Amino acid sequence: MSEGLKLDAVRITDGRQMVIVADCTIAPGAVMTIMGPSGVGKSTLLAFVTGTLNRAFTATGRVLLDGEDITSLPPHRRHVGILYQDDILFPHMSVGQNLAFGMERGGKRADRWATVVAALSEIGLEGFAHRDPATLSGGQAARVQLLRVLLSQPRALLLDEAFSRLDTNRRTQIRTLVFNMARDRNLPVLMVTHDAEDARAAGGHIITLGE
Amino acid sequence: MLRHVPLVTLVVMIGPVVAGLWGALIPALGHLPGAGLTGPSFEAIRALFDWPGLERALRLSVSTGVLATVLSLLIVVLVTAGWSGTRTFALLQRVLAPILSVPHAAAAFGVAFLIAPSGWLARLASPWLTGWDRPPDLLIIQDPAGLAMTAGLVTKEVPFLLLMTLAALGQVQQEQRLKTARTLGYDRVTGWLKCVFPAVYRQIRLPVYVVLAYSMSVVDVAMILGPTRPPSLSVQIVKWMGDPDLSMRLVAAAGALLQLALVIGALGFWRLGEIGFAWLGRIWIEAGQRGGLDPVLRIGGICMGILSAMATLLALLGLFVWSISGFWGFPNAFPEGFTLRNWERHGPGTLEAAAETFLVAGAATGLALVLVLGCLEAEHRSGRTLTTRGLWLLYLPLLVPQTAFLPGLQNLLLSVGADVGRGPVILAHLVFVLPYVFLSLGDSWRAWDPRNAVVAGTLGAAPWRVFWQVRLPMLLRPILTAVAVGMAVSVGQYLPTLLIGGGRVATLTTEAVALASGGDRRAIGVYSLMQTLAALLPFALAILVPAMAWRNRRGLHV
Repeated sequence: MSEGLKLDAVRITDGRQMVIVADCTIAPGAVMTIMGPSGVGKSTLLAFVTGTLNRAFTATGRVLLDGEDITSLPPHRRHVGILYQDDILFPHMSVGQNLAFGMERGGKRADRWATVVAALSEIGLEGFAHRDPATLSGGQAARVQLLRVLLSQPRALLLDEAFSRLDTNRRTQIRTLVFNMARDRNLPVLMVTHDAEDARAAGGHIITLGE
Repeated sequence: MLRHVPLVTLVVMIGPVVAGLWGALIPALGHLPGAGLTGPSFEAIRALFDWPGLERALRLSVSTGVLATVLSLLIVVLVTAGWSGTRTFALLQRVLAPILSVPHAAAAFGVAFLIAPSGWLARLASPWLTGWDRPPDLLIIQDPAGLAMTAGLVTKEVPFLLLMTLAALGQVQQEQRLKTARTLGYDRVTGWLKCVFPAVYRQIRLPVYVVLAYSMSVVDVAMILGPTRPPSLSVQIVKWMGDPDLSMRLVAAAGALLQLALVIGALGFWRLGEIGFAWLGRIWIEAGQRGGLDPVLRIGGICMGILSAMATLLALLGLFVWSISGFWGFPNAFPEGFTLRNWERHGPGTLEAAAETFLVAGAATGLALVLVLGCLEAEHRSGRTLTTRGLWLLYLPLLVPQTAFLPGLQNLLLSVGADVGRGPVILAHLVFVLPYVFLSLGDSWRAWDPRNAVVAGTLGAAPWRVFWQVRLPMLLRPILTAVAVGMAVSVGQYLPTLLIGGGRVATLTTEAVALASGGDRRAIGVYSLMQTLAALLPFALAILVPAMAWRNRRGLHV
């Protein structure tokens, strides 16, 4: 099976002891959840997948994406998107510029902008293109971040406690949106969370660490 | 490419210092082929020790340097201990921060205009209080003990140390420590001194050393406020360097080495003092006094802080009043009339000097910024952060006295046939601008949330695109502040401009200091104000530009 995101015998140590071991495959459109309290190395694993592992750690094993070994590729060539719990919208860009930043280069300026505007209205944020990201509510910011990742056309999606900052109502709403859009695009999703409800809602395989 | 930037930076910063010390060592041993002198001989060293003023010059350097450092540190410690976190403290901080950028020479002139026998203070108090109807025959400025010079130094070093202390406070959990001490029954000042100060001092130790080394070897302030017969060792070295008799350069080189030894010795004694003080402090801590003297210390601290700030503000105001004064007879508190004539007369000259000043400052700061950004980006990408040893290297050009290595650097430049002038001056300024730009920008750069880089990277942005399109714009404010700091440092440089420029690079600072001996207060007022404005302008831009560029971006407002 070559489709999806495969972690092949991944072992990460911090020089003295093992931090995390992972060996699994996430099929396109499926969600794999890694559960556990903070400090068990969940985010470390995501850093390894995005190619931004801190040099204090050493890792062995491979990351395969749709059959391609991306282990030694730099982050910007991996096509792996990530969402964090905090708003990481670039504060100096408008909402529209944030979205355009993630889009593939090329094309006419007007066409790119039309794509941005259309995408915004699709998730109910019509007319938000020129807005200052700092003026968005938590739910709006979460939706813009999701949209930005999707517009960059990733081949896999990582969620790092992506919903834990949202209040209960928004949380369900955004979570459903993320899972649906990922499934529509056939993206393998690797989610780390310490929240059991997130894990249940994802519906996929759950690995529990640190117990 | 980027990997090599830290090494290049190190060479650019430390290279001139090492070369300059080498360039002092050889002539000190009688060898200066450029002047037709060949060694080795101990003639120069003997001549140095035969100079009748040596003992007093040495004593002066040590006493003014140590006293200025102790006083500045004392004021900063008492003000912070008694008042940090209060509205008064915030106000004082806001007044002192811009004073930091006022060039030493301008502050020194202002202080001179204030405290001289015919200065503003004497005029304000005469004749109703003092009975003077002409300036009293007192040696207030250029006093043999160097007290005026010490005062001039203190007004500038207090804002510097205060700013360093503020930066340190953020890292030592002051609130928590202080709260714990207070719940144990300690009064504010005592609690701060016993629980916060030891941690703060560890952070500001290097800046304190810089103040000590600087104060012991300062030239421009000493030429304006310091005694003349004999002057401090640094001023005498510069005099020897300018002597038409080239063999005096050998004596200057020997003096430069003595200056270095003096500063190293003083730093050593200061370190011993620290150990002794820490020992006494531990006894004091164990004794458990809760702070009976607190009210006195608190009031005393704020009075000294306000005095220091007021003195500088009044000094700057004095420069301004002189620059627009018509006839101003003693003991009138104000001139009989105001006029723009002084500005008309000296304005064109200052503009020419201002152009040179900005050219040198802009080039030095631009180079420094490129190197510092390169170092910080290399640090970010490799994940290796600056070690304590690296920090010492950064402080090295600020710890080695300018008079110890700049004369040697000039000798070296002349002996290899390199021309003195603007280019070498820019490189010499770079030695001092670099550390300040690095120190100013480093913390904000490292405090930037690295997840921004991860997100941008996973969106497909290559590292340089992240650098240009995400990190630089987000850090515009601290970058421009660092540029302003670098510009202010360059604008204020006297000795490197004079020595490495061979007297041919005329900046606002060299022109202003050159006016010192003439005593034309109106000309000095105009030049010093222009010098101050040149240092302040970049700070104003560093506030204005981001405010305008990000006026619609709330996430980047302070």
